[in-house]
Amino acid sequence: MLALIPLFPLLGFLINASVGQRLPKTMSGAVASAVMVASFVISVMTVLELAGRPPGARAIEQTVYTWIASGDFVLDVTFRVDPLAAVMILIVSGIGALIHIYSTAYMHEESDGEYARYFSYLNLFAFFMLVLVLGANFLVLFVGWEGVGLCSYLLIGFWFRKKSAADAGKKAFVVNRIGDYAFVLGVLFLFVQFGTLDFQRLAGMVAALPPEEGVFGAISITTLLLFIGATGKSAQIPLYVWLPDAMEGPTPVSALIHAATMVTAGVYMIGRNAVLFSHAPETMTIVAVIGALTALMAATIGLVQNDIKRVLAYSTVSQLGLMFLAMGVGAFGAGIFHLYTHAFFKALLFLGSGAVIHALHGEQDIRKMGGLKRYLPITYWTFLIGSLAIAGVPFLSGFFSKDEILYETFHDGHTMLWLMAAITSLLTATYMFRLVFLTFHGERRHETAAPEHPEEQEPAAVHHAPSDAPSHHRTIAPSHLHDAPPAMALVLVILAVGSVVAGYTGVPHALGGHNRLAAWLAPSFQPPAGTTETVAEPEAAALELTLMGVSSAIAIGGILLASFFWLRRRELAAALARRYAGVYTVLLNKYYVDELYDAAVVHPIQRGSERGLWRGVDVAVVDGAVNGTGTIVAEGSAVLRRLQTGSVRAYAGSMFIGVVVILGYYLWR
Amino acid sequence: MLLTLSWVLPLAGALLLLLVGNADGRRDGVIRWAALLVSIATFAVTLAIWAAFDGGVPAFQFVERYPWIPAFGIDYYVGIDGVSLLLVVLTAFLTPIALLSSWGSIERKVKEFSIFMLALEAAMIGVFISLDLFLFYVFWDAMLVPMYFLIGIWGYDQRIYAAIKFMLYTMAGSVLMLVAILGLAYLHNAATGSYSFDLLRLYTLDIDPSTQMWFFLAFTVAFAIKVPLFPFHTWLPDAHVEAPTAGSVILAGVLLKMGTYGLLRFSFPLFPDAAASFAPMLAVLAVVGIIYGALVAMVQPDMKKLVAYSSVSHLGFVVLGICAMNTQGVEGAIYQMLAHGVSTGGLFLLVGMLSDRRHTRLISEFGGLKEVVPRLTAVFMIITLASIGLPGLNGFIGELLIMLGAFRWDPRFVVFAGLGVILSAVYMLWMVQRVYFGSVTHEENMKLPDLVPREWAAAVPLCAMAVVMGVFPTLFLRPMESSVEALVERVQARQNLRVNRSFESFGPFGTFERAERAERPER
Repeated sequence: MLALIPLFPLLGFLINASVGQRLPKTMSGAVASAVMVASFVISVMTVLELAGRPPGARAIEQTVYTWIASGDFVLDVTFRVDPLAAVMILIVSGIGALIHIYSTAYMHEESDGEYARYFSYLNLFAFFMLVLVLGANFLVLFVGWEGVGLCSYLLIGFWFRKKSAADAGKKAFVVNRIGDYAFVLGVLFLFVQFGTLDFQRLAGMVAALPPEEGVFGAISITTLLLFIGATGKSAQIPLYVWLPDAMEGPTPVSALIHAATMVTAGVYMIGRNAVLFSHAPETMTIVAVIGALTALMAATIGLVQNDIKRVLAYSTVSQLGLMFLAMGVGAFGAGIFHLYTHAFFKALLFLGSGAVIHALHGEQDIRKMGGLKRYLPITYWTFLIGSLAIAGVPFLSGFFSKDEILYETFHDGHTMLWLMAAITSLLTATYMFRLVFLTFHGERRHETAAPEHPEEQEPAAVHHAPSDAPSHHRTIAPSHLHDAPPAMALVLVILAVGSVVAGYTGVPHALGGHNRLAAWLAPSFQPPAGTTETVAEPEAAALELTLMGVSSAIAIGGILLASFFWLRRRELAAALARRYAGVYTVLLNKYYVDELYDAAVVHPIQRGSERGLWRGVDVAVVDGAVNGTGTIVAEGSAVLRRLQTGSVRAYAGSMFIGVVVILGYYLWR
Repeated sequence: MLLTLSWVLPLAGALLLLLVGNADGRRDGVIRWAALLVSIATFAVTLAIWAAFDGGVPAFQFVERYPWIPAFGIDYYVGIDGVSLLLVVLTAFLTPIALLSSWGSIERKVKEFSIFMLALEAAMIGVFISLDLFLFYVFWDAMLVPMYFLIGIWGYDQRIYAAIKFMLYTMAGSVLMLVAILGLAYLHNAATGSYSFDLLRLYTLDIDPSTQMWFFLAFTVAFAIKVPLFPFHTWLPDAHVEAPTAGSVILAGVLLKMGTYGLLRFSFPLFPDAAASFAPMLAVLAVVGIIYGALVAMVQPDMKKLVAYSSVSHLGFVVLGICAMNTQGVEGAIYQMLAHGVSTGGLFLLVGMLSDRRHTRLISEFGGLKEVVPRLTAVFMIITLASIGLPGLNGFIGELLIMLGAFRWDPRFVVFAGLGVILSAVYMLWMVQRVYFGSVTHEENMKLPDLVPREWAAAVPLCAMAVVMGVFPTLFLRPMESSVEALVERVQARQNLRVNRSFESFGPFGTFERAERAERPER
C-alpha cells in the first residue's frame, strides 16, 4: 500500500517516457496528472489510517525488498510513514498534483514530444520526492535525495537550447554533489558507528547516549556532515548559489521543486533525525546561525532584484533559512510547520508569477510590468493573498508559522538570532510588496520598454510559439492580456485558500488554539521508546502575545514601507539606490559570491588541470619519460647496430679480443 | 566441461572463420553474423555456468584439471569462484555488443577483425578461469596479440604508436610477472621438492615476508600497468583514442579489470604480508588516480580521451576497495569492475556511434545534438548517470560499498576519494552539455541519423544492465559473497605482522576506530 504512493508517479513517468512522444498533449498531461491525484488519494487514505491510531503507534512500515547485502551491511528498501512523513507526502502529492494540473495549461505551447518529456520528468520527480520522504533509512532517503537532484537538473535545463538553462542545470547538479559528498561521508560514519542506517533504530540508539557537550565529538561531526548535505539541497550558505540560477527552468518547476518540495528536503532530513541532531548541540548552533545568516542575506538580495522569479527565489532561500533557524534552536515542529505553510504560499506566488509571465509572453523583468491588476484580476488577488501570507500578516498561514519560529528562537534565549529573523521578516514584507506594487499597481510600462536582456526571457511562449504568434511580445495590446486559463486559475485559487487556512492547524495556545500540528508531529521528533503523550508545556503566553504583536507590526510596517517607496514616492527608491550606489550594486550583484567561487575554485581547478596536470604531468613528465626511454633504447640500438657489420673478419676480430679478455681475467685473478 | 567450452567455443569460432574464403569481402555479412552468433552462444554458456553456480560455497567450482607439462608441475587447471564468475559473464556479455558496434565502422578485413575479436574473447575468459599460474600467463600474453592487431590495423591515425605503446607497457609488466611466477614455482620446489604452478597450493606456501615484498612488487607492477594505476596510465588514453570502437569497449570493459582481478587473485592472497605493508601506498596511488584522472578528464577536448581518463578515476576506486581488504571493500571493488564494464563500455560504444556519424570525436565539433538525435541523447544520458554513480543505477552500489569498506579501513582515503564523485559529475555533465545541449552550431550535425535498430540492439542491453545492477544488486552480490569472505579471511589470517594502523592523529575518527576494532573482529 505504502509503496503505491511513489509507484503511481513512476508509472506515469514510464508511460510518458516510453510512448509519450506519440500521445497527444491532452493524453500525456492527463496521465501525468491522474497518477499524481491517485498518489494523493492513497496518501490521504494512509494518513487517515495513521490518524486513527493512538499517537504512540502512528507508524506504518512496508519493506519492499532487500536492496544491498554485503557482509554485515544489509540494507532494505523500506518505506515508513509516521506523522512527519504524513505531512510531507500530503504536501508532495497534493501540491504536486495541483502543479501538474497547472502545467497542463502552462506548457501548452510546447510540441507533443516536449510536452510528454516535461511531464515524464515531473512525474519522475514526484516519484523520487516521495521515496525521499517515505524512506525509512538513510540510503533510501539518499536515493530520493539524488533522484530529485537529477530531475531538478533535467527540468532546469528543460529548454536545453538555451545555454544559460543548461549551465544552470549543471551548476545545480554539481553544487548539490558537493553537499552530497559530505552527506555520504556522514552516512558512512553513522553506519560504522551504529551499524544501522534505519532512522528509528538510530534514534533509539542515540537516545541512550548523553548529548555531546563541550567537545566536537563523533555525533557532532556526523551531523555537521549531514547538514552540509542539507545546505546543498536546501540552498543555504555556502551552497545556495544554484537556486537563483535554477529559475531558468519552467515556472511550475520552480514552484514545485525549487519552492514547495525538493528544497525543503534538507529541513525534512534534520526533522527526521531530530534525536540525532539534538545530541549534537554544536551542530545545532551552527545550523541555527547558518539559517539566520542565510535568511537575512537572501532577504537583502531579494530587495533589489528585478526579475520576478529571482525575487521569489531569494525569498525561498530566505524562508528556508528561517526553517533551518527553527531546526537549529530545536523547534522542529515550528520548522516543519513553516515548511508546510510555505509550500502553499510560495507555490502560489511562483504559479502567480508564472501566470504573469504567461500573460506577458515571457517577460520577467518587473521594471517592465505594472498596472496588471486590471487585466489579470485572478492572478492579482491570489498573488496578493500569497504575499500577505508570506509577509506574516496576522491570521494568514505564514503568520502562525513564522511567528512560532520567532517565538521559539527568542524563548530559547537566542536574542541575536531572533533579531536577525525579525529583520528578515521586515525585509520579506518589503520586498514582497515591492514586487506586488511594481507588477500589478501603477501604470503599465511593458509596452514601451525595449528588451534589454532578451536572453533572460523565459522561452515558454517565445521559443516554440508558432511563427504567426506575436513573438515580439512587448507590443501586446491590453486586449491580448489574458488572465490565467481555467486550469491555472483553478490551481491559483485552491492554493490561495490553502495559504489562508493552512495555518489554522497550528494555532498556538496563546491564541486559544491547540497547536494540533505540533502535537501531531511530536512523536516523530522523539526516540521510538518515548511514546508518552507530549504534555503541552505551559507557554509563556504573555511573552508569546507580545512577540506576536511585534511581528505583526513588523509585517505591516514592511508593507507600508514598500507602499511608500514603490507606490507613492517611487522616485525616492531610485534616489536611495543612487545615494547608496555601492551597497545597491553589491546587493544587485548578490554580494559577488558567484564571481568569488569562480575565481577561487572553478578557474584554478580548470586551469590547473589543463596546464598543470594534463599538459604538464601527463604529457610532459610521464609520457616524456616513457617516450624518452623508448628513444634511448632506439638510439642505443642504432649505435649497437653498427657492430653488426656483416664482415666475418670483424666478427673474428672481436671474438679474438673477447677470448683474450676472458683468459686475461682468469690469468690475472 | 562447461568452463572449458566457454573459452574453446570462441577460439573454435575464430579458427573456423580462418577457413572461410573471403578474398574480396563478399562474405562479410555471413562472417559478421557467424562471429556474433558464436559470441552469443558463448554468452549463453557463461549464463549456464552462472545458473549452475552455487553461491553458498567459497570453493572453486567447475574445476577441470589435466596434466600438461608434468615435469614442471604444469597443469591445465581451470575453475571459477565468486570473484571470477561474473567477470567471465561480463566478458561474454560485452563481446557480442562490441561485435555489433563494429558493423557500422569496420569495413576492411572484416574476417580478420572477427577472428581477432573471438580470439581475444577466448584469451580473456582464459585469464579469468586459470588456476594454474603458467596457464594464466599464457592466456595473459595471448590476449595482447589480438588487441595489438585490433588497435594497429583498425585504429585511427596514430594507431601504430598507440599499439606499440600498449604492447611495450604491458610487456614490461608481464616480464616481471613471468619472473615472479617462475620464482614461485622455484620456492615451491625448495619447500616441498616438486615444482608446482597450482595457485591453490601456492596459496599455502609460507613465504618469508621480506621475500614476499619482491614478489608482490613484480606481480603488482604488472597488474598496476593493466589497471592502470597512476602513474602507469599513459598508455591508456592513447590506446583508447586510437582503438576502433569495439576495441575500446573491450579494453575498458574487460581488459582493465584483469589488472584489478590480478591484484585480488594473486598479489594479495599470495603475498599477504607484503600486501598489508604496501596496501596504504597502493591506496594513495589509487586515490591520486581518482582525483587526477577526474581532473584531467575534465579538460579533454576529445570525448574518447575524456572517457579514457575517467576510467583511470573509476579504476582507482576499485584498487582502493581491494586495498581495504574487507568484505564491503572487495565486494564493492568487484561490483565496480562489473559496473564500470557496463557503463564505460557503453560510453565508448555511444561515442563510437557519434564518431561513425561525424568522423570526429572532438567535443567542440558537436553541440545541440539533443534536437537532432533525441534517442541517442536519452541513451547517452542514462549511461552517463550510471557512470557518475546515481543511486538506482549500477555505479552507485560499487562506489558506496568501496567507500564503506575503505572507511572502515582508513577514513582519510574516503575523504579524498569522495572528491572524485563530485568531479565525475563535473566532467561528464559538462561533456553532455557541450555535445547535446544548446543549439546546433555545426551545419553538418543537422542531418545526423538517430539510432538504427542495430545500434538499439547494442545499447539497450547496456542500459538495462545499468538499471538492473542498480536496483537489484543482490543478484550479483550473493554469488560473490562467500568467495569474497573466504578471500578476505585468507589474506587477513596470513598476515603475520599486523601493520599498525592507528589513527590517533585523526581526532574522533581515531578514538572511534579503536573502540570498534576492540569489540568486533575485522571482517
